[in-house]
Amino acid sequence: MSFANIIFYAIQFGTTLLFGATGEIITEKSGNLNLGIPGIMYGGAIGGVVGGFIYQSGGNVNPILSVIICILSSLVGSLLMSLIYCFLTVTLRANQNVTGLTLTIFGNGLANYLGATLVKRVGGQTATSLNITETSNIFSASLPFAKDLGWFGKIFLSYSFMAYLAIAIALVAAIVLKKTRVGLQLRAVGENPATADAAGINVTKYKYFATCIGGMIAGLGGLYHALVYIQTWTADVIGDCGWLAIAIVIFTVWKPDLCIPGAYLFGGLFILYDHLNLPFMTGTWRPIIKMLPYVVTIIVLIVVSFRKKRETQPPASLGLPYFREER
Amino acid sequence: MDKEAVKKPAKAPLLVVSKRDALPLGKRILIRAAALVSAIIICALMILIVGKANPFLVFAAMFRGFFINILPSIYSVAILLGISLAVTPAFKMKFWNIGAEGQALVGALVTAVIMIVLGGKLPDPVVTVIMLLGAVIAGMLWGIIPAFFKAYWKTNETLFTLMMNYIAIEGVNLLLEVCGGPSHVVGRSLLEHGRMALFNEPYIIPIAVAAILAVVMFFYLKQSKQGYEISVVGESENTAKYIGINVKKVVIRTMAISGAICGLIGFMIVGGVDYGITTTTIGGRGFTAIMVSWLSKFNPFIMILTSFMIVFLEKGANSAASKFSLIDTNFSNVLIGIILFFLIGCEFFLEYKIHFGRSSKEVQK
Repeated sequence: MSFANIIFYAIQFGTTLLFGATGEIITEKSGNLNLGIPGIMYGGAIGGVVGGFIYQSGGNVNPILSVIICILSSLVGSLLMSLIYCFLTVTLRANQNVTGLTLTIFGNGLANYLGATLVKRVGGQTATSLNITETSNIFSASLPFAKDLGWFGKIFLSYSFMAYLAIAIALVAAIVLKKTRVGLQLRAVGENPATADAAGINVTKYKYFATCIGGMIAGLGGLYHALVYIQTWTADVIGDCGWLAIAIVIFTVWKPDLCIPGAYLFGGLFILYDHLNLPFMTGTWRPIIKMLPYVVTIIVLIVVSFRKKRETQPPASLGLPYFREER
Repeated sequence: MDKEAVKKPAKAPLLVVSKRDALPLGKRILIRAAALVSAIIICALMILIVGKANPFLVFAAMFRGFFINILPSIYSVAILLGISLAVTPAFKMKFWNIGAEGQALVGALVTAVIMIVLGGKLPDPVVTVIMLLGAVIAGMLWGIIPAFFKAYWKTNETLFTLMMNYIAIEGVNLLLEVCGGPSHVVGRSLLEHGRMALFNEPYIIPIAVAAILAVVMFFYLKQSKQGYEISVVGESENTAKYIGINVKKVVIRTMAISGAICGLIGFMIVGGVDYGITTTTIGGRGFTAIMVSWLSKFNPFIMILTSFMIVFLEKGANSAASKFSLIDTNFSNVLIGIILFFLIGCEFFLEYKIHFGRSSKEVQK
C-alpha cells in the first residue's frame, strides 16, 4: 500500500469529519453545544438519499439536476433537525446536553426507520440495503484526467466535488469568523450573550442562524458519507462519525481552518489499520490503533486546559441557555 | 413623525416571557401529562401516515410485547434505572458525565476478562466476588480520571467522558480479537465460571439490586451530608468553597460513586444475565440514562416510572415490528425521541409564563 493511497483514503474519510466539525464549530461559536450533530448528520443523509432516490426512480437522470436535488433535500433534512434543537434550546431554553442527546437518538432512529422503510418498499422484506448507485456515481465522480497524473492526481485531484466543497466551506467559515463583522458578533454571542445583547446584537437570531447553518453543513457530511464514502444506504450508515466530528472540534481548538488538517489526520488514524500492513497493525492489535484518535483528543483536551491560553478556550457561554431577565 | 410614534408600540413584542413562581404539584403534573398526551398523538399520527397501520392496534401490540414476558422486561427497566441512578449524583453536581456507557462497559469488560482468566482455577463463588470487585473498581477508575482533571484543571468533562466511552469500546474489541477466536465472539462457552444467579433465575438479583439502589440513592441525595455537599456544589461552586466544602474532593468522590455503580451494572449484565460481551452490551443506555435522570428531576422514584416508560417503548416497538410490515425496531427510537422532545419542551412552561405584551402594557397604564 503506497503512501499516496493512504493519504487518499485519509482525505476520503476525513471529508465526512470535516463537514461535521466545521458545522459544529459554527454552532458552538454561538454558545450552543450541539450534541445532536450525529442525529443531524443522519437527518442530512436520509434527506439526500430519499430525495435522490425519488428522482432516480423517475427514469432518465440528469446528473446536474440529480446533484442539486440531493443536496437540497439533504439541506432540508438537516435544517428540520437543527430547528428542533434551536426551538427547544433557544426559544424554550431547554438543557442543551439533554436536547442534543435526544436529537441524536431521534435522528439516528428516524433515518434508520425511513431508510429501512424505503429499502423494504424497493427490495422486499428481506432486503437490507438500498441501491443508489446512479446518484452515488454522479457524486463520486472525480476529474477524468486525475488518473493520468500519478501520485499527484491521486492525492490532489481524485476526490468527489464534495471534498473540495468541504475545504471551501471550512475556509469561508474561518474567514467569516475571524475577519467579518458577522463573525465578530457571533463570537460575542458565544462568549457573553448578555453583553452582546446589551450591544444591540440579536442573540436569538444569531443562535438560530449559527445552529441551523452549522447543522446544514454537518448534514452535508452525512450525505457525503452515505453517497460517496459508503455508496449505499444501510442501517447506521454514518456510524460514530458525528461523535468524532465533535472530538475534532476540540482537537482543533474551535478553528475551522485547523479543522482541515485535523479532520484528515483523524481520518488517517481511522483508516490506517485497514490500509497499512505492518505486523503490529493487523489482526489482534487493531483496536489499539483505533483507540488512538480518542486518546489523542483526550490529551489535547487536557493540554488545552493546562495552558489556559485565551485563544484555545471554548466559547465562554458554551452549553448555557440565555435569558435576558435572569440575574 | 406622528406615524412613527404610532408604530412604536406595535414594535413591542407580541408575547412576553417571564419567570413564574413555583407551580403547585397538581399543575406541574397536569402540564407534563398534557405534553405526554400531545406526544402520543403525534406518535399515533406518525404510525398512521408513515407506518400505514392502525395506531390502536400498534399500541395494543406494544402492551402485549412488554407484558407477555414480564421478567425480562422488568430486568431491562432495572438496568436502565441502575445506570440512571449512577449518573444522577454527578449530574446533580452539574458534572456532565456522558460516559456512563463507557463506565458500565469497562465494568462488563473486566468482568468478562476475570471470568476467562480465573474461571475454573478458583472456586466459582470466589471468582464471582473478584469479578464484582474488579468491575466496580474499573468503573470507578473510568469515572475518576475525567473527574480528577475537571477538579484540578477544569478540563471539559462532557467531551472527556465521551472519549472514554470509545476507549472502553475498543477495549472490548481487543478482548473479542484476543479471546474470541476466529469469529470474534465472547459468549457462553467462554464465560462459564463465576456466573451469578439466584434459584437459577438470572433476573432476580439485578432487579433487587436496582430497587435497593433507588432507595439508597434517594436517602443519600436527600438526607446525607455528602448529598447536601453535592447539591451545594451543583448550585454554586463559590458558595460551596465559602462554606468550607472541599469542591475537588466532592467532585472526585461523586464521580467515583457514579462510576462504581455503572461498573456494578456492567458486572450484573455480563456475569448475571448475558454471559457474553459485545461492544453493544450497554446498547446506548448510558446516554438514555441521562435523559431519564434529567426528566425525573433527579428523583430516584420518578426515575422508576421514566425508565419503565422508555423500556416499554423499546420492547413494545420491537414486538410491534414483528407484526406490522412497515414498523421496525428503529421506530422505538423515533417514538422515544418525540416523547422526550415534548417532555423537554414542556419544562419551559413550568418555569416561565407567557402573556401578551400589549395587554400587559395597558394594565401598567
